[in-house]
Amino acid sequence: MIPIALTVNGVRHETEVEPRTLLVDYLRDELGLTGTKIGCDTSVCGSCTIHLDGHAVKSCTVLAVQADSCEVTTIEGLAHGGELHPLQEAFWERHALQCGFCTPGMIMAGVELLDTNGDRLTDAEIRRGLEGNICRCTGYQHIVEAMHEAAVS
Amino acid sequence: MATEVEEKTEGLIGARMKRVEDPGMITGSAKYIDDLKLPGMAHVAILRSPYAHARIRGIDTAKAVAAPGLVAVYTGKDFEHLPPLPCAWQAGGVENFVATPRALEIDHVAFTGAGVAAVVAETKAAAEDALELIEVVWEPLEVVVDVEEAVKESAPQLHEVAERNIVMDWHVGDAEATERALAEADVIVEQRLVNQRLVPTPMDVRGSAASFDPATGEYTVWMTSQCPHIMRLLMTAFVFGIPETKIRCISPRIGGGFGTKIYLYPEYVLMAALAEKLGRPVKWVESRRENYVATTHGRDHVTYLRAGAKRDGTITALDAKTYANLGGVLSTIAPGIPTTLYGRMLSGSYRIPNSHCQVLGVYTNTAMVDAYRGAGRPEATYVIERAVDLIARELDIDPVEVRRRNFIPPDAFPYDPGILRGLKYDTGDYEKALKRALEIVGYDDFRLEQQAARAEGRYLGIGFSTYVEICGAAPSAWIGAVGEGWGAAMWESANVRVHLTGKVVVTTGSMNQGQGHETTVTQVVADELGVAPEDVTVLFGDTQATPFGYGTYASRSVAVGTVAVYHALQRIRQKARRVAAHMLEAAEDDLEWSGAGFAVKGAPDRAKTIQEIAGAAALGYDLPEDTEPYLDDTYYYDPPSCTFPFGTHVAVVEVDAETGEVKLERYVAVDDVGKVINPMIVDGQVQGGITQGIAQALWEGAAYNEDGQLLTSSMMEYAVPKAEFVPKLEVDRTETPTDLNPLGVKGAGETGTIASTPAVVNAVVDALAPLGITHLDMPLTPERVWRAMEGGRHVSATSSSV
Repeated sequence: MIPIALTVNGVRHETEVEPRTLLVDYLRDELGLTGTKIGCDTSVCGSCTIHLDGHAVKSCTVLAVQADSCEVTTIEGLAHGGELHPLQEAFWERHALQCGFCTPGMIMAGVELLDTNGDRLTDAEIRRGLEGNICRCTGYQHIVEAMHEAAVS
Repeated sequence: MATEVEEKTEGLIGARMKRVEDPGMITGSAKYIDDLKLPGMAHVAILRSPYAHARIRGIDTAKAVAAPGLVAVYTGKDFEHLPPLPCAWQAGGVENFVATPRALEIDHVAFTGAGVAAVVAETKAAAEDALELIEVVWEPLEVVVDVEEAVKESAPQLHEVAERNIVMDWHVGDAEATERALAEADVIVEQRLVNQRLVPTPMDVRGSAASFDPATGEYTVWMTSQCPHIMRLLMTAFVFGIPETKIRCISPRIGGGFGTKIYLYPEYVLMAALAEKLGRPVKWVESRRENYVATTHGRDHVTYLRAGAKRDGTITALDAKTYANLGGVLSTIAPGIPTTLYGRMLSGSYRIPNSHCQVLGVYTNTAMVDAYRGAGRPEATYVIERAVDLIARELDIDPVEVRRRNFIPPDAFPYDPGILRGLKYDTGDYEKALKRALEIVGYDDFRLEQQAARAEGRYLGIGFSTYVEICGAAPSAWIGAVGEGWGAAMWESANVRVHLTGKVVVTTGSMNQGQGHETTVTQVVADELGVAPEDVTVLFGDTQATPFGYGTYASRSVAVGTVAVYHALQRIRQKARRVAAHMLEAAEDDLEWSGAGFAVKGAPDRAKTIQEIAGAAALGYDLPEDTEPYLDDTYYYDPPSCTFPFGTHVAVVEVDAETGEVKLERYVAVDDVGKVINPMIVDGQVQGGITQGIAQALWEGAAYNEDGQLLTSSMMEYAVPKAEFVPKLEVDRTETPTDLNPLGVKGAGETGTIASTPAVVNAVVDALAPLGITHLDMPLTPERVWRAMEGGRHVSATSSSV
């Protein structure tokens, strides 16, 4: 067992984990933060996307021990003081989700894309920027619209 | 019994209301199967066959049993007392040829991925580790994966019951008349069409958990199911042989199913059986690889098409012989898909006087094939829409014109296509949707642009799909008729309760897999009862808490499920009127619906709101004579017929002359799904469906090698589309209500998938017409297209040099 200390959604956790524990399993099984999903086991689908020190990463491809001393934000930590993040609002407003399974990862990836490129994003840039996240329900069109809406709000 | 329909109110029906189910999904609190944690729960991993066809000569579990964290290991022999799973839709007369999976296979496997042993451990990781310690003595057998090979005398026999691996040999239509009409036709087109196997790939994989109470003998089984009531029925009546009261099935939120979550799978039975054996709860959630190898696949038809027409393009005959690959064993409703939902829809939106279809259902050493979004209708639409284009090309008539000449005209509805066993297409105006689509795409201009591009050596193409499909399964007397093989009904249920405070709770036997049913139902309830949407709660997915119902598939949740809710609401309003009349000391006939309750006609201040009426009805202090307390009603709605959405989809493509890459330039869809309750939700359904259908045309395809190994067994190998694969979809609608239900709704969950695939293929073939290419099989990958183009160039070079 390896000791680790990290901050998740503003709360500090000190614990011990098996070396092979994936960050996504630690978040889901140990902390009960099940908003982060596991969709493909192969780092393709992006359902497990979280923020690690401010960057969107796929938490199925990060060992929990690699997150030692890091700041983690999951979908549960995105809204502040009961107020949804503008991208969460936009996903709701624009019907950018259907089954909701890819949504947490899609939003976490989308937030970084917005933070990086702000309101200058074209449709094509949004579509390319979200290539690491798969949605099987929407056909992506409403997701692109939601990204634009959040960019200007 | 039909309800008396009250006067309609305007309001939320037709509004783009934000979904009521979204807050949990955008904040991460929504719970799916893998988020479930039961006290004392053990984890299950399943050992799956690495061979596509083999006998099991022995299984040694000793090393696994000794592994750390292990609870128990079981093999098929431990569950020998449980019969194979039922095949619930034995369409096509398959009852003598049924071979279905068992909880765990005992001595024979017919596809790679069949479960043969189960490890139960304290953690998921420990269970997976121990799988590697189980030693199986396999006797590999000869394998056949190709559906046309499998019916040959020389092919290995998968099951003793099915000679030449044939599950069914089903016919619809008039073979003799069709042959005659083909012989008399001015032109005949013939084509072999491959509708390749797809892996449906919902983002949320399958899973199940179970607990057992030895004191009561009751099981609780959580499962990713689109129809928990059917699961309970099948498990109790056909597997465990216990009363249906002894199993409670709960479907949590499911992250998409697209058909794959309709079926009773071995693992659901296994979890219940393990919970009983161990006396503690167990849970299993499949990996993505398991989802690919062991969950059902879709499509997989090879069709030999012949169509005859007059010189003017009038289609006179259609004949199809289809080999439907059903996999190594039969899934729950597998035989019904290529028969009832395919063969009976083969004439599409056209008046075709003579048609015949033969379907051979075939076992091969591949994963089970069952309904995937559209289920039979995408396959039928592909055949007929390709046929129309082949005829147009043969006669050198515009494909749009050929469609127009053969359309069922608006005054012909209700229209009996003659192959639907008495069902009629309800309503339609096919020309209207086509006209709108042509306007949006700018058809005349496109043909000019195409000519100019061809002159520059560029390959532009346009493709049409003027589809019709069948929704709203189904009238019980039709679907359950003798010989159709469906041993049950297919109505839907809804219970509406207006609580003392005026808050409304709807429970239904239907289920949501992401299509927005809570919202759609809420809109209808809010409108019909004059309550705020936030005062409506819609519940489903738990057999203990909801009336029996048949679930979500075949685009039935609006056309059947929501109509059940609507009728229950009408009866609630009838009772509310009686109670209000008593409260207002007025005659019932003197009251009118105010939009928020009942008021005396001409005296709007003499009124009672629905909340006041509900309160009075719940308290029961002072009710009219012979009136039960409470506003509470359950309605079982059995639709009088099915509904038939239709429309026109148009794809515009450019094929790269150098690489064969297909670029989808534009995609226009004009659908007619009848009345629309929430246009935003319908847009989403259509866009998602189109994307899945385009994906079949261009990218997706399951590939088995000759040993029966699935080569596309992860998302790295199977090409599920990403955001940048698809252009902005131009979605529009016409609205032709059905007259079969008071909401005028038809169903919108599958139109996109059904319509889009042939539109894209037709567009690519149109683009390549200058090279003499008349057909290409899917997926239209750059390599496949490039090879065809090279062949075409070679042919035209040879012929021009002669």
